[in-house]
Amino acid sequence: MRKSRQATGAGDVWFRIGTGLFALVLVLIVGGIAVVLWRRSSLTIARFGLGFWRGEIWDPVSGEFGAYAFIWGTLYSSFLALAIATPVALGIAIFLSELCPRALRTPLAFLTELLAAIPSIVYGLWGIFVLVPAVRAFQMGLPDSVRHLPVFSGPAIGVNLLSAALVLAMMIVPFTSSVAREVLKAVPPAQREAALALGSTSWEATRVTLYYARSGILGAVILGLGRALGETMAVTMVIGNTPKAAVSIFAPQYTMAAVIANEFAEATTNLHVSALVEIGLLLFAVTLAINILSRLLIWNMARERTVRVPAPIPAGQAG
Amino acid sequence: MMTSPRVRRLISNTMMGLCILAVLIALVPLAAILFFVVSRGASSLNWAFFTELPKPVGEPGGGMANAIIGTLIICGLGAMFAIPIGVFSGVYIAEVRESRFGSIVRFAADTLNGVPSIVIGLFVYVLAVMPFKQFTALAGGLALGIMMIPLITRTTEELLRLVPRSLFEGALALGATRGRAVFSVIVPAALPGILTGIMLALARIAGETAPLLFTAFNNHYWSTSLTQPIASLTVQVFTYATSPYDDWHRQAWAGALVLVSIVLLCSILARLATRRLERMHG
Amino acid sequence: MSKRMLALAVAAVCTVTLTAQKVQINGGGATFPNPIYSKWFSDYNKLHPTVEINYQPQGSGFGVQQIMAQTVFFGASDKPMPDDKLKDAPGKIMHFPTVLGADVPVYNIPGVSADLKFTGPVLADIFLGKITKWNDAAITKANAGVSLPNADIVVVHRAEASGTSFIWTDYLSKVSPEWKTKIGASDSVNWPTGLSGKGNDGVTALVKQTPGAIGYVELIYAINQKLSYGVVQNAAGEWSKASVESVTAAAAGAAANMPADFRVSITNAPGKGAYPISSFTWILMYQDPKDKAQAKIMVDFMKWALADGQKACAPLGYAPLPASVVKLELEALKQIKLQ
Repeated sequence: MRKSRQATGAGDVWFRIGTGLFALVLVLIVGGIAVVLWRRSSLTIARFGLGFWRGEIWDPVSGEFGAYAFIWGTLYSSFLALAIATPVALGIAIFLSELCPRALRTPLAFLTELLAAIPSIVYGLWGIFVLVPAVRAFQMGLPDSVRHLPVFSGPAIGVNLLSAALVLAMMIVPFTSSVAREVLKAVPPAQREAALALGSTSWEATRVTLYYARSGILGAVILGLGRALGETMAVTMVIGNTPKAAVSIFAPQYTMAAVIANEFAEATTNLHVSALVEIGLLLFAVTLAINILSRLLIWNMARERTVRVPAPIPAGQAG
Repeated sequence: MMTSPRVRRLISNTMMGLCILAVLIALVPLAAILFFVVSRGASSLNWAFFTELPKPVGEPGGGMANAIIGTLIICGLGAMFAIPIGVFSGVYIAEVRESRFGSIVRFAADTLNGVPSIVIGLFVYVLAVMPFKQFTALAGGLALGIMMIPLITRTTEELLRLVPRSLFEGALALGATRGRAVFSVIVPAALPGILTGIMLALARIAGETAPLLFTAFNNHYWSTSLTQPIASLTVQVFTYATSPYDDWHRQAWAGALVLVSIVLLCSILARLATRRLERMHG
Repeated sequence: MSKRMLALAVAAVCTVTLTAQKVQINGGGATFPNPIYSKWFSDYNKLHPTVEINYQPQGSGFGVQQIMAQTVFFGASDKPMPDDKLKDAPGKIMHFPTVLGADVPVYNIPGVSADLKFTGPVLADIFLGKITKWNDAAITKANAGVSLPNADIVVVHRAEASGTSFIWTDYLSKVSPEWKTKIGASDSVNWPTGLSGKGNDGVTALVKQTPGAIGYVELIYAINQKLSYGVVQNAAGEWSKASVESVTAAAAGAAANMPADFRVSITNAPGKGAYPISSFTWILMYQDPKDKAQAKIMVDFMKWALADGQKACAPLGYAPLPASVVKLELEALKQIKLQ
C-alpha cells in the first residue's frame, strides 16, 4: 500500500487546493445530475417505490410503469458487447504496443481510432441497413438444433439484442484499445526485458506487462463499459425497442438510454416524465454499482496474487 | 508445475496470432462502414457543400457550411471547458494520494462516463436553457464538455500513475515543490497519452446528436453567436438522414464523411504535436 | 451646422443598419411538415431577406414542450394540445392548421405488387395481433383476385412517441371498439404486437427489409421511398387511396363543424372521396406573445403561407388546406395581439 509523503510547504498546498478545485467541479457536476434526476422523479418514486425496479409493464397510456425490461436490456447488451469487444481491444493494444513493425504502428493506430470518430448516428444507420439484414441471415442459417436453445430462439427479425451488442462492441473497441495501448506503452520496458531475460516466451513477457498495467487496463475496460451503458442513438435504431426482457439474443429488447431518448420529448403526463427520469436515475445507480464492484474486484486481485516467475527455457531450446 | 518449452512457445505463438486476428476483426467493420459512408456521400461532396447553407428539398445545391463551422465552434467550447477540468482532476487523483477524496473523484468520473448523452443534454437544458428561455451555442458546448471530462480525467490519471516514481523523486531531490515536480516532469512524460485521451474524448463528442437537440438546437442560417442556436453537423445529418428524400439522404452521408474527416484531421495534428514533444523530451 | 448634419447622417445610417439587421425567429416541432416548412421559410426569406425563421423538426412533443417553456417563438404539432396542457401553459396558445397529412398502411409481401384493400376493422385486428396470416379470410374477402401467401404478418410500429402514431391510433379507435378500450389513441401506446422502428424512416427500413411486414408511415415517405401502400375504406364505404385530393376532401368535410380553436380530428371523416387516415398539422403560437416584433413577422408569414404558400404543397406531396378553413384562420390570426 503506497503511503505518499505529506504535503509540505506553501507550494504543495496550492497544488493540492488548485487541482482539488477542478476535481470538485467534476464531483459537483455528477452530484448535480444525481440531484436533478432524484428531484424530477419524485412522482414515480412515491407511487411505485422499489417495485419500479421489478415492474415488467410499461404502459404510458394507463400510467403503469416498471423498469425491469430496460434494466435487463441495458445490462445484457452492455455486458455482451463488453465480452465481444474487450478481447479484441486488448488484442489490438498488445499488437500495436509489442508486436507491430514500427512502420505500420501509426497508420494502424489511426485506423482503430477512426472507429471512434464515426458519429453514433452513422453506426445506427449502417446498423439498420447492413448489420440487421446480416444478423437476420445469420440467424436463419443456424441449424435447427441450435435455434431451439432458449438463448438462440425466436423468429428471425434482425433488430434484436445481438445487433445492438455488435454495434456497441464496435463503438467500444477504439476507446478501450487506445487507452490500453497508451497504458501498455507507458509500462517501463525494463519489465518486459527482465521477463525475457529470465527466459520467458513473448506471450509470458506480455503477461508480465499486462499485470503491471492492470489498473490502467481495467480503467480502459471500464471506460468502454461506460460508453456501452450510455449509448443512445445507435442502440435504439437496431435493438427493436420492445419492452420485454428476454433471454434470447435474437429477441428485440429495450435499453434505459433508448427509452428515455424515444419517449422524453412526447411524454404527455407528469407521471410519464417522472418515470423516464427515474430510469435515468436507475442507470446512474447501476453504473455506480458496477464501478464499485469492479474496484473491489481489482483490490481483491491485487491482494491475493503473487507474480509467478516463468520457468527458464533450458539453454539451446530458447527462441 | 513445469510446462514444456514447446508448449509454452506454442501458446505464445497462438496468443500473438490471436492479437493479429483481433486487429483484422476490428478493421473489417471499419472498412464496411467507411465504404458505406463514402459510397453514399462522396458524390454529394462539392464546392457548394462546403460554402452554402441548407436548401429546401427540390432545390439543387445547398450545403452544410454553417454546420461545419458550428461543429468546430461547439466542439472547441466543449474542449475549453473539459480539458482543464479533466486534466487537473486526473492530476489530483493520481498525485494527491493521501486524500480519500481522490477515490470519490474517480467514481464520479466513471459514473459520469456511463450517463447517457440524452440525460446530460436534459441536465444542461434544465440548468442553462430553461431559465434563460433560450437555446444557445454555449449550452451545447457545455453539454459536450461534460461528456468529455470522464475520458480525459481517467486517461490522465492512469497514465500519470505509470510514470516511474524515480522521475518524481528526482525532481523533489532537486528541490522542486510537489506541484512543480508534477507539472514540469511527470505531466510532460505522460503528455502523449494525455493527448490521446483528449483526442478520444473529442472524437466521441464530435459524433453526438442527442445532447445538442435540447441545448444548441440547430440553425439553418449563418450564426456564430454564442447566445443563439447554432448549426451542427450531427443534428443536420440526423435531420436529413431521417427524412424521406434521397437527395437529403446523400447530403447526410456527405455530412457524416466531413465529420469523420475533421476528427481524423485533428487526430493527425495532435499526433504530430506529440511526436514533436516526445522528441523534445528524449 | 455641418456637425449637426454629420450627427444626423450617422444616426440615419445607424437606424438603417439597425432596422436592416436580421431577425431570427426560432420554432420547433413536428417532423412531418418539415419539408414544406423549410420550403416556405426559404421562399419567405427570399421575399424578406432580413427575416430568418429557423425551424427544427424534433417531434410534435418537442414542439409543445418548447413553446410551453417559451424557448421558441412557435411550435408545431401533428396532434392538437390536450386541455390539461393548455391549462398549464403560461399564456393562451392558439392552434393554426397549415397543411394536411395522411398515414398510409405500407406492406412488403413478396410476389404481391397490387394495391391491397383494407377495411378499418381489419387494420385494427392486424395491429391487435388477432389476424396473423396474410391469407386470412378477412383480408382475402376484400381482395378477391389477389393471391395472398400463407405467410406470417409482421407488424411494425413506432418505437418513440409521435404524431404519426397518434393519427393512426386515433383512426383505429374510431373503427374498432376493441382497440379503443384496450389500447386507446395516443402518440405512444402499449402496442400488443410487432416490431418497433425509430422514426418514419426506421419503420420504412424495417418494412422494406422484412418480408410479410405491415406498418404505417406518412404518405410522403411511402411516395418518396417507393413503398407499396394500401387502399383504406372510408366512412362513406368507398375504397380510398391516399392522395392530395382525397386528403383535402377529408378536411373539407370538417370545415363545416370546425371548432373555434381548430383543434379537431379528421380521421374517418364523412364525405365522398375522403381519405380516412388524414390529419391537420398545426403551428402553435401565443395569443399575446412577448416579442411583438417577431409576432408581427409571424402573422405576416402565416398570411403568406395560407395564400401563396399553399401552392407549393402539392408538388411536395402535401395536401393544401381547403379554402373554407383558410378563411376561418385568417380571421383567427387577427386575434394575435401585436401591440
